[in-house]
Order: sequence, then C-alpha cells, then structure tokens
Amino acid sequence: MDVLQLLVSGLANGCVYGLIALGFVLIYKATEAVNFAQGDFMMLGAFVTLGLTNAEYLHMPFWLAAPLAIMIMAVLGYLLDYLVLRHLFGQSQTAVVILTIALGFVIRFVAGVIWGHEPQTLESPLAIGDIHFGGVVLGMADVAVIVVTVLMTLFLYQFFQRTKLGLAMQAASQNQMAAYYMGIPVKRVQGLIWGLSGATAAVAGILFASKGAIDPNAGLLGIKAFAAAVIGGFGSLPGALAGGLIVGVIEPFASRYFAAGYSQIAPYALLLIVLVLRPHGLFSQIRIKKV
Amino acid sequence: MRILFKTSYNDDIRLFPDRWTLAIYAGLLVLSLTLPLLLDEFYIGEVTNVLIWAIAGLGLMLLTGQTGQVSLGHAAFLAIGCYTNTILIEAGLPFILAFPLAGMITGVVGAIIAIPALRLHGIYLAIATIALSILADDIIVLLDPWTGGVSGKFPDAITLFGLEIERWTMPVRFYYLVLAVTVICTLFYRNLLRSPLGRAFAAVRDSEVSASAMGVHIARTKGTAFGLSCMITGWAGALMGYYAGAFNNETFSLVISITLLMMIVIGGLGSIHGAFFGAVVVAFLPQVLSILKGAVLGGGVAIPGLETGVFGMILILFILFEPMGIYGRWLKVRTWFELFPFARKDMFRRQKSYLKTERLR
Repeated sequence: MDVLQLLVSGLANGCVYGLIALGFVLIYKATEAVNFAQGDFMMLGAFVTLGLTNAEYLHMPFWLAAPLAIMIMAVLGYLLDYLVLRHLFGQSQTAVVILTIALGFVIRFVAGVIWGHEPQTLESPLAIGDIHFGGVVLGMADVAVIVVTVLMTLFLYQFFQRTKLGLAMQAASQNQMAAYYMGIPVKRVQGLIWGLSGATAAVAGILFASKGAIDPNAGLLGIKAFAAAVIGGFGSLPGALAGGLIVGVIEPFASRYFAAGYSQIAPYALLLIVLVLRPHGLFSQIRIKKV
Repeated sequence: MRILFKTSYNDDIRLFPDRWTLAIYAGLLVLSLTLPLLLDEFYIGEVTNVLIWAIAGLGLMLLTGQTGQVSLGHAAFLAIGCYTNTILIEAGLPFILAFPLAGMITGVVGAIIAIPALRLHGIYLAIATIALSILADDIIVLLDPWTGGVSGKFPDAITLFGLEIERWTMPVRFYYLVLAVTVICTLFYRNLLRSPLGRAFAAVRDSEVSASAMGVHIARTKGTAFGLSCMITGWAGALMGYYAGAFNNETFSLVISITLLMMIVIGGLGSIHGAFFGAVVVAFLPQVLSILKGAVLGGGVAIPGLETGVFGMILILFILFEPMGIYGRWLKVRTWFELFPFARKDMFRRQKSYLKTERLR
C-alpha cells in the first residue's frame, strides 16, 4: 500500500515535470534550440493565472482566467521569438542556450518585482478534496494533472505526426535552408512553436500552482524537468513524458529508501548514467549521417 | 595606419606581433606592479577579486572559447581546486607544493570526468555539466569528514618563502600572489595558442569533421582541453577560497557556473582579453548597481534578484548586438582606426546565416 501511495504521488509530480519537458522538446524539435527558461516560463504562467484569479488581485472566475493566461503566455512566447530569437537566426546553439539562461534570470526578477517573493497558492477549483482508492489518497489536483498531461502529450504528438504545420516545423528544424526552398515560412513557423511552448508552460504552471505553493524561484524546477527531457531523449514527445514520470517516481522512492544525502542526487545521477550509456537519451531520434 | 607584413610562419606565431604591442603589455605589467602605491587597500582587494575571476575565466575560456565545449559545471572544478588545496595544506604540505598540486589534481579529475563526456555533443555536454555542478554540492556534504560538509572550512594564512600572506590583514601581499598566478596562467594560455595543441583546439571548435580529416585526434584533444581548463580553474578555485576566507558546500553553486559562462560571453569568446573584460564586469557590477540603487531609491531598499536580473539583461543585449563581446567591440573600434580611412561597414559580419541540424551527424 505504502509503495502504491509513493508511486501515485510520484506519478503526479512526474506529470508536471513531463509537461515542462514537453515544452523543452517542442522547442528542440522545431528550432534545434534549447530553451533553458522553460521552467521560468512555467512559473510566469502560474503567476499570470494567479494574478487574474486570486481575490487580492483581479478576482476573475478561474475558468475564464485559465484560458486567458494560456493565451497571454502563448503571445509572450511568440513575441519573445519575434523580438529576440529571430535575430539569432543561424547562430550556434550555444548562443541560444546562454540567452535563454539569461532570460530566466530576467523573468525571475520581473516576477519577483510584480508578485513578491512570498510563496502563494492559486485559488483554483481543482484543489477540492481527495479521492480514496482503498487506502491510496489522491488529490483532485493530482488527478487533473495526470489527465491533462496525457491529453497534452497525445495532442502534441498527433499534431507533429499528422498536420501539415507539424511536419513543416520538423522540416524547418532539420535544415533551415532546404525548408526555405520548399516554401516553408521558417521564421513564422518558429514563432508559432515558441507560442505553443509558452501555452504548454502556462498549462504546466496552472497545474503546478493548484498542487502547491508557487514563488519566483519555482522555475528552478525546470532543471529537473530538463533532466527528464534528456532521459527521455530530446526530440521525442512521449519520451519527454516518460522521462518526467521516471524522474517523478524516483524522487519519493529515493527519499524513502536511501539515506538523506543521497536522495536529492538520484535524478541527476540517473541523468548522468543515461547520458554516458545512451548519449542521446532513451528514446532518441538522432541518427548518424551515413554519407 | 599600421601595416602588418608577415613573411614567415614564425612571424605569425610570435608571442607579441610587434614591438609596439610588447611595449603596451610591458607598460600594463609595470602598472599592475605599482598599483598598490596608487590605490588604497580596499580597492586592491577589489582588483584582486577581478584577477581571480579572470583566472577562472581563462580556465573556462580554454574549454568554451577555444575548444567550443560549453561547460556549465565549472563551479564544481573551482570547488575541487579549493578543497584539494586546503586539505593538502592541512595535511602538512607547504603552499608552494600544495597549490600547484591542487590545480594538477583538479586537471586530472577534469580529464577523467571528460572521458564519458567526450561522447556528448554541444547541448548534451552542457546538460551533463549542469548535473555535475548540482551533484558537487551534495557530494561535498557526503564527504563530510574531509570537506567539513555544511559547516565548511576556513583556510589558514599562506606561508610562501618564509613570508606570511593573508587576505584580510595583508591584502597587498595577497594581491602580488594573485598577480603572479594571473601572469603565469595568461602566458601559459597565450603560449598554448601558439602550439600545435592550441591550434588543434581551435580546429575542433570550428569543425570536428575537418579537424579529424586533418589528423587531429578529436577525443584526445577534447580530453586534453578539459584537463588543462580544469587545472587553471582549480587554481582560481584555491585563490577564491583564500579570498572568501571561508567556504562550504554552497559557495560554489550552479549560479557560479552560470556566472562564469556568462562572464566569458560578455567579455568575448575565444580571446584572453575577454576573460579580463568579463571579470571586470562581474566583479564591479554589484558595486555599480548598489551605487545606482542608492542614488535612485535611497539606501536600505533591498531588491532580491536585481543583480542577476540586470546581469541577464546585459547579456541578452550583448548576444543580440555584439556576439563577440566587449573584446569584439574593442576590436572593431581599433580596426577602424588602424585601417583609417578604409574601414567599411559589415567587415565583421558573420558569413553563415543558416544552420543545419545536429541530429543527423
């Protein structure tokens, strides 16, 4: 029973990691860039929702505020690409990595100035009591997290596999020049994908803030989500979710069965092991060029 | 207008391209030697801080700027150098032996860590080194009997050639020690660039495929770069420990790693000047900000995250408008004067304006 309880709570946490990891993978799949600020995006999405919903701010109804926050974050993501990242077109990945790390600092600072540094809780209708399955307690918010994450993953996976836009995005990532020649508006496509990842981050933020308190440093969760994305293999959406679940489940078990000092390092130790054994993750998409 | 006319390969790799440059650097050295006569002790301490950051920057520059391997984990190597040095001195070794050994041990550890990391490309290497930086904190706590864990360690005063050197009571002596290390590291770096190994580093940075076609052993070169880079970083770490006067598991955090990388980007990747320019920015930004804050808001107002926020904004502006950093801007200004009146717009423009995937190698 105990094991089952750990497993369930781990899965719920893992889904939040998985959602942030989805954002990483989205950006990577479509632009070959890595957005280190994805965790801070999530934090910002949570705070935007909180600012719209909570009584001390605007006090909107949640079901109106949540879509609005997702829209705002999508627009922010698009604007970020339009104003900043587009100027880096064709520069090395390193430039984008450093830029997004810096962006994370800036977002953290701005959020701290606007909403303060105290942890706050989102007044969300998702946090209403628990469900009991014969001894296993599961919060309503946890159920919502799991359901939404699975739906998001399926939706994005189908989007990349089936729609013209999704295919265009993948093409644009593999060879920008060739994609241009085939008539894909590469810059616009990349802007759209940043918008999409902003929306994903907002969803993750809303769910995370319903589960517990949020403060400007919550974005540091992004590093764990990052580990999840890498374990799953950058560039695979189901892989990102799987990696998130693995990291999420390992954490409670490690803190339960290992000594105190060793439990925090479990996810990162796993990350290093995966990187050494399979440099491109468990579900990698990297193929060696034959010619 | 200066005319560069080289007639042989040896001309091209001279330590100083001409007498004029040699005179400038000699002047700079004399200035740094006489600095304690010009400044009071507080500022000498600040300049020492700049130099220590510059040594750390040189270490990372060798790896990131020179060999193109992005590392976000160099705080771990700072920590290794710092702790190794202190532990060796506590074990009874004199400073003159312990200090070089600390750097070398850090270099060896770095090279060993690099062996699995050599399989990783670009972004994956950055991720692995991030994990390394996070793990370092916890590993220091786990190694409590040697490292003092959470309560940390306090390095003793240095004894060198019978002289006692201590950061707080004798900042001038400490400054000369750091200056000596800085000059040695800078000369080492500069001479490395003139050697076949240094050119192999640059070849690996610019194109791995071409480099291996020219007979450069990629894995060995990267491993060597890691080792040498970590050696210099280890020395910087040891000096940082002395400068801080106390350190524990949280001193060398991921933030330090990130700051280091940002520092060399702001300074200008792939140049020795860049490490020094970046160090000046990192060391003096907090002071400048606090002065500005005091002027605008009056004293006593605390804004958490202000420094990192402003630092991030500066960095974004640099990457957008001056990817070559402060050194790049300086180079453009200098070139304009040297070529006067023949300087043209877009002389420094990047040639490659699109990227191919890294997923298909």
